[in-house]
Amino acid sequence: MSKSASLVTSIGQLKEGNPLKTLMSNTQALLLPVIGLLLFLAVWNGVARNIDTSLGQFPGPSQVWTQTLTLIDEHNAQREKADAFYVRQDERNAKRVAQDPEYQPKIRPFTGAPTFFDQIWTSLYTVMVGFLIASLIAVPVGILCGLSKSAYTAINPLIQLFKPVSPLAWLPLVTMVVSALYVSDDPVFSKSFVTSAFTVSLCCLWPTLINTAVGVSNIDKDLVNVSRVLRLKPLTHLTKIVLPASIPMIFTGLRLSLGIGWMVLIAAEMLAQNPGLGKFVWDEFQNGSSESLARIMVAVLTIGAIGFILDRLMLMLQRLVSWDKSSVLR
Amino acid sequence: MTSKHLELTQVGIDFPTPKGPFTALCDVNLKIEKGEFVSLIGHSGCGKSTVLNIVAGLHQATTGGVILDNAEVKEPGPERAVVFQNHSLLPWLSVYKNVELAVKQTLRGKSKKEIRDWVMHNLELVHMTHATDKLPSEISGGMKQRVGIARALAMEPKVLLMDEPFGALDALTRAHLQDSLMDIHADLGNTVIMITHDVDEAVLLSDRIVMMTNGPAATVGEILDIKLPRPRNRLALADNPEYNHYRHEVLTFLYEKQKKIEPVGSKKSTKSSVAGKPDSKSDAA
Repeated sequence: MSKSASLVTSIGQLKEGNPLKTLMSNTQALLLPVIGLLLFLAVWNGVARNIDTSLGQFPGPSQVWTQTLTLIDEHNAQREKADAFYVRQDERNAKRVAQDPEYQPKIRPFTGAPTFFDQIWTSLYTVMVGFLIASLIAVPVGILCGLSKSAYTAINPLIQLFKPVSPLAWLPLVTMVVSALYVSDDPVFSKSFVTSAFTVSLCCLWPTLINTAVGVSNIDKDLVNVSRVLRLKPLTHLTKIVLPASIPMIFTGLRLSLGIGWMVLIAAEMLAQNPGLGKFVWDEFQNGSSESLARIMVAVLTIGAIGFILDRLMLMLQRLVSWDKSSVLR
Repeated sequence: MTSKHLELTQVGIDFPTPKGPFTALCDVNLKIEKGEFVSLIGHSGCGKSTVLNIVAGLHQATTGGVILDNAEVKEPGPERAVVFQNHSLLPWLSVYKNVELAVKQTLRGKSKKEIRDWVMHNLELVHMTHATDKLPSEISGGMKQRVGIARALAMEPKVLLMDEPFGALDALTRAHLQDSLMDIHADLGNTVIMITHDVDEAVLLSDRIVMMTNGPAATVGEILDIKLPRPRNRLALADNPEYNHYRHEVLTFLYEKQKKIEPVGSKKSTKSSVAGKPDSKSDAA
């Protein structure tokens, strides 16, 4: 009797102890990254003060913050200008139509310089299109390589050859090919966009392709035998067995590809002077004002943050698609 | 010439290795009647699974062949359903959907209701109707194997092939599933070929036990007819002299006539301890 009573009290103590522990681990999980961040800011601040460049002192956290606000202001100012432009244009057109009903009003787009946020949007759009094209090619080819040993043996040398090629080596070729083949009077996409997107695609192909092929070829042999005994049709085999089994590996490849694509895009934009975040960085560098370095630093942090967010989005997509909700994804 | 239900004639298989072909099986001859329950027993690596896979059509015999109801076996198919050792349920499909996949393949063109009824009927046979919407990862090992059996039965196979179906289960669950299997076999009368390591399981379930010699070039060593009346009860049989005689025959074949000389791993030691248990029980009685 007394034994069970002491057992009850000890269980009670355990139960009391547990919330405290979880609270501790929760605060730790929140506190430690904050400490890391503060330490980083302090070191950055200290180091920045001691670096003098030809464009002035290296920017510390406070200058970067100021420039972030400036960039937001510039963006809003440009938007107001654009709005004002369109209002004026509409008024002008209305007047002309009132005078002469036959008149076809001309609508011209606003031609002000793109702001920082316009450039972010351009880059995001470009990387997503490039990544999508690459995935649409890489996943089916990867599945083919995983299913057929002959296909893999035939394609593998090409993969190994092109995988290590830097995007910057592709860029001149892609630029020339695009300007030669993509000729139209009223292009839907600008040439620079097509060039950037294809360069991204060329570098996004390989991780997805390789990971998909490995995932598909490593499917449990018993599951393949089940499919054979059931005489599943090739399409059913693909949708019921191959795809669900290789989803984790396909997504590992996709996430690697997207990360590489984002890095490649910035470099390509810098080199080719195509609109986007890379061009913003290069323009600021060429501009050479005392604020340029701080503005570039804003771009650096933005590029990092967007890369991180893109990866998280892919992870969320994987959670949505994967059958195994309990698996730990990181 | 009387044509049998299932006939293996001079079956042999070579596997290519870097050192030339390795003969795993040689001159395997076996005739099986309709509705018969046959066990294959032998030491690990003697080619039991290979025989089963050839009947299933998953492997192609190098010499000889398999004939089922006057047709040669060339490829896998649902009329020779396989129950795999590790259940092999698709982990992304629920219990119901796993069985449904098999039903949709075999009852093609039937109405939704007919398909649903047949899935539920087969899940009922293995007493798994309570977990239709669970994923395989959410049910126990024994339950998974039940679903695996339901999936195989749902294909209405002429021959049910079982590759150590209860090998990965604990002794109590195994006994339970063996009883279920005996009931199902009595009900449906399928022809069954089962691979096992377990002497008691073989004697309890089978009409005939096919004992295989050790590889390489393994073949059928002896065939033992089990003439115990059905239905069989494991408790009643424990003290039955006939039952113990059959067990003894199989043990003699495995441990004297086909003794493995090479050092054997833990599998054999656990097996002999399991096999030894009923002996001590009968001693005490």
